[in-house]
Amino acid sequence: MLDATDLAAIRLTLELAALSTAILLVLCTPLAWWLATTPSRWKAPIDAVVALPLVLPPTVLGFYLLVAMGPEGPIGRFTTALGLGTLPFTFAGLVVGSVIYSLPFVVQPLRQAFAAVGRRPLEVAATLRAGPWDSFFSVVLPLARPGFVTAAVLGFAHTVGEFGVVLMIGGNIPERTRVVSVQIYDHVEALEYAQAHWLAGGMVAFSFIVLLLLYSSRRLRPGWS
Amino acid sequence: MLLRLLAAVLAAICLPLSVPVHAAEVQVAVASNFLAPMQRIAAAFERDTGHRARLASGATGKFYAQIRNGAPFEVLLAADETTPARLEAEGRAVAGTRFTYAIGRLVLWSPRAEYVDAEGAILRRGGFAHLAVANPRTAPYGAAAAQVLAALGLGDALAARLVTGENIGQTYQFVASGNAELGFVALSQVMADGKLAGGSAWPVPDELYLPIRQDAVLLERGADNPAAAALLDYLRGDAARALIGGYGYRF
Repeated sequence: MLDATDLAAIRLTLELAALSTAILLVLCTPLAWWLATTPSRWKAPIDAVVALPLVLPPTVLGFYLLVAMGPEGPIGRFTTALGLGTLPFTFAGLVVGSVIYSLPFVVQPLRQAFAAVGRRPLEVAATLRAGPWDSFFSVVLPLARPGFVTAAVLGFAHTVGEFGVVLMIGGNIPERTRVVSVQIYDHVEALEYAQAHWLAGGMVAFSFIVLLLLYSSRRLRPGWS
Repeated sequence: MLLRLLAAVLAAICLPLSVPVHAAEVQVAVASNFLAPMQRIAAAFERDTGHRARLASGATGKFYAQIRNGAPFEVLLAADETTPARLEAEGRAVAGTRFTYAIGRLVLWSPRAEYVDAEGAILRRGGFAHLAVANPRTAPYGAAAAQVLAALGLGDALAARLVTGENIGQTYQFVASGNAELGFVALSQVMADGKLAGGSAWPVPDELYLPIRQDAVLLERGADNPAAAALLDYLRGDAARALIGGYGYRF
């Protein structure tokens, strides 16, 4: 059965996923809106950068983060100058990693939702003398709500399943950076297959239920271009 | 004329077959810490015998799980002695083929020159935020590092500063990238041709930890492969031993 270290890993994973998802929703809303509406020629390169975490091996992402956030790296120098020290081996470091890792999973559904809302409701709102901010918050956001739910669920679930990035920058510290996926990996390496099965089975069940809810709700379809 | 041409054609066909008639390939699973020396040994092995060794590197525990589930490895060069023994007991390795090909040594290392002193006193002095070790539960070098800290009576004092790599390769990465100021790594990772490749180090005295015996074993799949047997013989030979010793291993 699950022991205290397993439960600590589960709690840490849920905290990491919740915080990363909240940050992603705030960051990705303007980004997705811009991508959905801009005619700019910067759109394609930004699109490509946003999609990179989808195709890069997470260990590659993790290794670059380890170097970039280290004392010699650009991010590391910046955080040290701010008096924060370096980010690897900290919970904050995992949050930074998770935000990058799950970025496309939050941006894409939002962008689909914004594109589906289209320009018409905004034009109507403008004729009724709503300012751009007002019309965004009182017209676009409510119409795009299913996209937000999809983005939050996908971002959360994807972060729960994160492994390679955490492996590279975490350092496996109990209650700080030891998440469920790393705990499963340790159980397997230590030949503790029974405990590995409990945790891994739980992960499979969790992921399946999340996706089942997502796909069975008629109003929430994961949107992918 | 025609006969002579026929003979020439026959000779041309048969000649390439006659030279490496006994050359074969062998699939080798090699522990991460031994990959660098093994790559050089494999090149020498091919040059001397004509056989080819194909290497896959990784964690011993993972190889164990893969071999139990039918991975196509013919020889295992483990980072410990328990895994080959277990495979033999389970009938997945050929009985009587196990031997210690190298004894690993632990070193406290930093990429910074003159940071780690020759007595390892820095561990008591402190002044660092992170000390990297490999996972003691899954990596033999991690278990050795835990023994050293316990022997020095520093286990509890340094527990909060430990960062754990999944294997010795990752532990080295933590230190080499500067994220951890120092760490316990394999001597073979920081040594080449008998010299420290860079930084500063304290080679941990042998009495502070149990010897890290790394055993090789012939797996069931390689039982009938002459290249597999040849490779195990070659590992015991002088050419291989000279290379292995240059990386700081003992026998």
